[in-house]
Amino acid sequence: MPLVRALAAWHARSASDTRGRLAVELSRRGFIKLSGAGLAVSSLSALGFGFAGAALAASVRSFKLEATTETRNTCTYCSVACGILIYSIGDRAKNARSNIIHIEGDPDHPVNRGTLCPKGAALLDIVHAPTRLQMPKYRAPGSNELKPVSWDFALGRIAALMKQDRDANFVARNAAGTRVNRWTSTGMLAASASSSETAYVTWKIARAFGMLVFDNQARV
Amino acid sequence: MTNTWQDIKNANVVVVMGGNAAEAHPCGFKWVVEAKIENGAKLVVVDPRFTRTASVADYYAPIRPGTDIAFLSGVIRYLLDKDAIQHEYVRAYTNASLVVKEGFGFEDGLFTGYKEDTHSYDRSSWDYELDAQGFAKTDDTWQHPRCVMSLLRRHVDRYTPEMVSRICGTPQDKYLHVCALIASTAAPDRAMTSLFALGWTQHSIGAQNIRTMAMVQLLLGNIGVAGGGMNALRGHSNIQGLTDVGLLSDAMPGYMTLPKDNEITFEDYMKTRLFKPLRAGQTSYWQNYRKFFVSFQKAIYGDAARADNDWAYDWLPKLDVPMYDIIRAFDMMTHGQMNGYICQGFNPMQAFPDRGKIRAALGKLKFLVVMDPLDTETARFWEDFGPQNPSDPASIQTEVFQLPTTCFAEENGSLVNSARWLQWHWKAAEPPGEAKSDIWIMSRLFHRMRDMYRTQGGAFPDPILNLTWSYTNPTDPDPEELAKDMNGRALADLRDAAGAVSVRAGQLLDGFAQLRDDGTTASGCWIFSGCYTEKGNQMARRDATDPREQGIAPHWAWAWPANRRILYNRASADPAGRAWNPAKPLVEWNGTVWTGIDVPDYAPATKPSDAVGPFIMNAEGMGRLFARTAMADGPFPEHYEPFESPAVNVLHPKVQSNPAARVFAGDRAAFGTATEFPYVATTYRLTEHFHFWTKHALINAILQPEEFVEIGEALAGEKGIEQGGWVRVASRRGFVVCKAYVTKRIRPLTVDGKPTHVIGVPLHWGFTGQARKGYGANTLTPSVGDANTQTPEFKAFLVNVEKTAGPVA
Amino acid sequence: MADLQSQDYIRRSASTMTPPSIRNHEQEVAKLIDVSRCIGCKACQSACMEWNNLRGEVGHFEGSYDNPSDLNPSNWTLMRFTEWENEQGNLEWLIRKDGCMHCEDPGCLKACPAPGAIVQYANGIVDFISENCIGCGYCVKGCPFDIPRISPVDHKSYKCTLCSDRVGVGLEPACVKACPTGAIMFGSKTDMKSWAGERVEDLKSRGFDEAGLYDPPGVGGTHVMYVLHHADRPSLYAGLPDKPRISPLVAVWKGIFKPLALAGMAFGVVAGFLHWIVQGPNEVQPEDEAHAAALIDPPDGKQ
Repeated sequence: MPLVRALAAWHARSASDTRGRLAVELSRRGFIKLSGAGLAVSSLSALGFGFAGAALAASVRSFKLEATTETRNTCTYCSVACGILIYSIGDRAKNARSNIIHIEGDPDHPVNRGTLCPKGAALLDIVHAPTRLQMPKYRAPGSNELKPVSWDFALGRIAALMKQDRDANFVARNAAGTRVNRWTSTGMLAASASSSETAYVTWKIARAFGMLVFDNQARV
Repeated sequence: MTNTWQDIKNANVVVVMGGNAAEAHPCGFKWVVEAKIENGAKLVVVDPRFTRTASVADYYAPIRPGTDIAFLSGVIRYLLDKDAIQHEYVRAYTNASLVVKEGFGFEDGLFTGYKEDTHSYDRSSWDYELDAQGFAKTDDTWQHPRCVMSLLRRHVDRYTPEMVSRICGTPQDKYLHVCALIASTAAPDRAMTSLFALGWTQHSIGAQNIRTMAMVQLLLGNIGVAGGGMNALRGHSNIQGLTDVGLLSDAMPGYMTLPKDNEITFEDYMKTRLFKPLRAGQTSYWQNYRKFFVSFQKAIYGDAARADNDWAYDWLPKLDVPMYDIIRAFDMMTHGQMNGYICQGFNPMQAFPDRGKIRAALGKLKFLVVMDPLDTETARFWEDFGPQNPSDPASIQTEVFQLPTTCFAEENGSLVNSARWLQWHWKAAEPPGEAKSDIWIMSRLFHRMRDMYRTQGGAFPDPILNLTWSYTNPTDPDPEELAKDMNGRALADLRDAAGAVSVRAGQLLDGFAQLRDDGTTASGCWIFSGCYTEKGNQMARRDATDPREQGIAPHWAWAWPANRRILYNRASADPAGRAWNPAKPLVEWNGTVWTGIDVPDYAPATKPSDAVGPFIMNAEGMGRLFARTAMADGPFPEHYEPFESPAVNVLHPKVQSNPAARVFAGDRAAFGTATEFPYVATTYRLTEHFHFWTKHALINAILQPEEFVEIGEALAGEKGIEQGGWVRVASRRGFVVCKAYVTKRIRPLTVDGKPTHVIGVPLHWGFTGQARKGYGANTLTPSVGDANTQTPEFKAFLVNVEKTAGPVA
Repeated sequence: MADLQSQDYIRRSASTMTPPSIRNHEQEVAKLIDVSRCIGCKACQSACMEWNNLRGEVGHFEGSYDNPSDLNPSNWTLMRFTEWENEQGNLEWLIRKDGCMHCEDPGCLKACPAPGAIVQYANGIVDFISENCIGCGYCVKGCPFDIPRISPVDHKSYKCTLCSDRVGVGLEPACVKACPTGAIMFGSKTDMKSWAGERVEDLKSRGFDEAGLYDPPGVGGTHVMYVLHHADRPSLYAGLPDKPRISPLVAVWKGIFKPLALAGMAFGVVAGFLHWIVQGPNEVQPEDEAHAAALIDPPDGKQ
């Protein structure tokens, strides 16, 4: 019976898992009171359908998260940092390539408690945006197009341009003879939605080169 | 945020000013609704537009963009006049009683020490009068004419209700109603929270906007308490983290700062970093600066950072200007002083002021690297998209690299939210095509550079060759390894005071208290120390238990510093250590130690009788009503007009705008005047979109498909503009042709006796993605920043508007 | 497929099914939309589209935040914004989430001539079974709230299902879960009415003397209810009907002609007759033709 599997998949959240599924038992889920939650609440499953009704509903419109894999993540947009559940098809078997089919709020998260805003509720469409980039591209001087190139070409050319510029314009000492080690003819803007770990790697590399024209999106 | 999102529910009054929380942070805003329903709170919205936040407010007052300091200085005057301040708190926890040096003054819009030639201040007179031991003199009676309280009274005295209304355009009755609601939280058991965002920061006086409200909150005793605080809602998912890790031109991880040219040696550098207490017995975190710094250098340079080379101090780049911020960067580019630029997940063509200048500047680069999951305007700045992006590609010699990156769903890692929580997230799927993570790309780029410096030599290779890189997979380090690096570890056995080994060599540290300045510890970001310990990844914790349901959830993820959820929480208790609000205590003195539902923001065994101030990041341990030398544009906030303003500064016509703002000559030449551009414009975000990303998401494109501006019915009537009709909005820098939303939600304000119209310009549209093509609000905005942070003045500038024919289909 | 044996149908369009005379143990569900808590963020619209795999056209700005500009086969719920100056001269921005009300006495179901195209479950949800839908549009006429929309692509009628697939596995509807401010709540109708009572008290204490619950008796009550600050004037909220009821003509059809259907009268005849009943004799007006043409062949040529 498909529905049984569906429910099993849904409730898989209560099992411990290394991919960020619920890492503590449900009993520690620390329910936080929200207004309206203090009512004499009927269990939602009792409100739905009886067994036959459930079968009926499933035959009309099947529950789409059957046997999906659930992964914990954080919304990529603002700093409220809502907890999200990402559902992907496939059970991560070797021969299956997983694909994200649905994203909704994480009810355990103490801030968003399962809710999402209109941006968060549509995260699926940013993951699968037709304008997601697929391959490195390069635009030559004066050209009217971005052409696909290999990673090897892109990284090799960028590194060569950077080294050339750094060697030509690095300021080791200022006019007073103080060691200042700055490279200001190449700059960098760092991502505001990348992880702190990415930020740390980026800081190390940029400053080791002596970069000072270095900023993030905090102001805009 | 000083407090947590859920803590907002403890507020009695919620003031949303300088932000639009319901639209920009809907899921956080639920806690405002909770405060209203469960705590009987009143929501007050002060905004130029009647926003969706205002639609659920108990009280709304309009204000002219760029005049918040006048409004809030008036609030301070009201509180002092009505004696609606929390006396005991102000006396014990703020610098109201401290005496300021003779020689400090303010006259005709300028503080003492102004240097006309450099548009900056010599701030030496902005400080306390010290006694023989070097401690600040005090007068607890507030009678001394130079005590902070006396100076503050004098400073805000000019902001009468008449003056506030004259400057802000807020009707006096509405303004006074807001004052009364704010004043109601002076009672020790009542709290007000201030929720703000870019509506305050994006001004040439942005930092002082926030300071003024912080002063209001200090006077009311609302900092450090449940339901109180200054809560910057913050924009991007990890903008807090990037700031924490120091990805700003002058910053290092954990709010340490890069050396300046005149700090020739490590000891020169330390002289201005190690805080010396300004009150007897005061403690300060910055007393540990050397430990943080040495441990950081050990983290990034390992064995190459030694005592005998001053921990490789010389390898850090030194600053010759205060900041290489974005406005400076694009000015340098404009003048041919830059050759290369890397945009990692950042879209300056849309995000930076004066798009025409940005487009031209990028065209002067030799190479531009764009790393992004999406096809951004910046990667296509050279492409001719018609009126929305006119260009002649053949004439642009910039080499452009567009590198595809993973998005949130395709990687592991941590993000820091606005309440300083470090939350771990997990990869759900592989990225599309050949997209790679930023860590992979940066690491490969680094390896190619390092290999070339190894084999070919080149300019000063030492920091590149000696950078620590002991990751299991050197070309794609595991985020968990990087997180452990930031947390820090012992490099040798660490012994406690009794000589016993407390941490063995190689073990992860429990927190920054274990850091040493002798090279035996390493930590890449001291404020994150404790996030990944021998007990495991604390950022991945998922126990939402919330004692007393007070909005702390101390075991969910991990918060810096030291898992503390409410900053300055010592101030939630009175000087004797009892909670001001017994119903919602955070920490209290139990006779031996500080205990409570939060980690005390204080040395846990410090007795109340020691009178150590709760604001331990400051040398005097007190909240500052007088900022000393911390701000570039004055120790007190002062109202200055936006650089483009329809009004004369009625307080001091000779000093119209922020005298300490840095304005580049070319940018100044591109300012417009009210004669040509009579209307005030302000940019903002709509709840359906996130910056320039969600126009790539089909659902969001459907929910708000097309560029428009909001125009009040009165102005639309004057100009013959129809609902949904086409308009041309122009500033001195460019124009936008889009549809008009004629609305009752923006009404003309009477400013200095004259009607003033405001036009709203949402900023989401560009020429890539799923939504309809648009010009982008930054076509109009001026290139001038806040005097302290260089945050661009996007919230108040001048435009003209005319009805026009629509584009030919 | 749709199963006549089910005890969970209490109503089925144009059918001989006799519903169980007594409800089983199941409770009726309801969605409560508290307009006073709504910030008009459209998270409900977004979540609805995402969950139901619906993506319509990218439209245009048309002079308000209402986007798309109307309900359509790919947009089952819509925030409708009204700028209203109250008697004190203060502005109120009234924002209402529009969509199927899941009436206890559903006009769409009553008007529907296609057997089993519209059903009502014992928990109150009114669901459209596309497989049985003939696209005649009578549900549109029968609906007092102007909700169903006929797809020009497959000529079937669509509207909110109250996420019957989610409710079927014990979950709340997608819009309910997403709503950031708790303006949309879901539970038993009894609980929702009791919670609405508390909300009305709070609103009255904040000066909204006419606050109240919208659960219109003209359609037997609804399974989607509103808390309104101005419950005395529902029509302020983008034309929410003050006193909705099923068109008397639909009631006549049900009362008189249902026996004919039960007798198995040729379906086309019934449909034709119903058309006459609902719309009058078959005198086609120019705008009807234009409307029909638009349904089948939209002006922009997109199907």
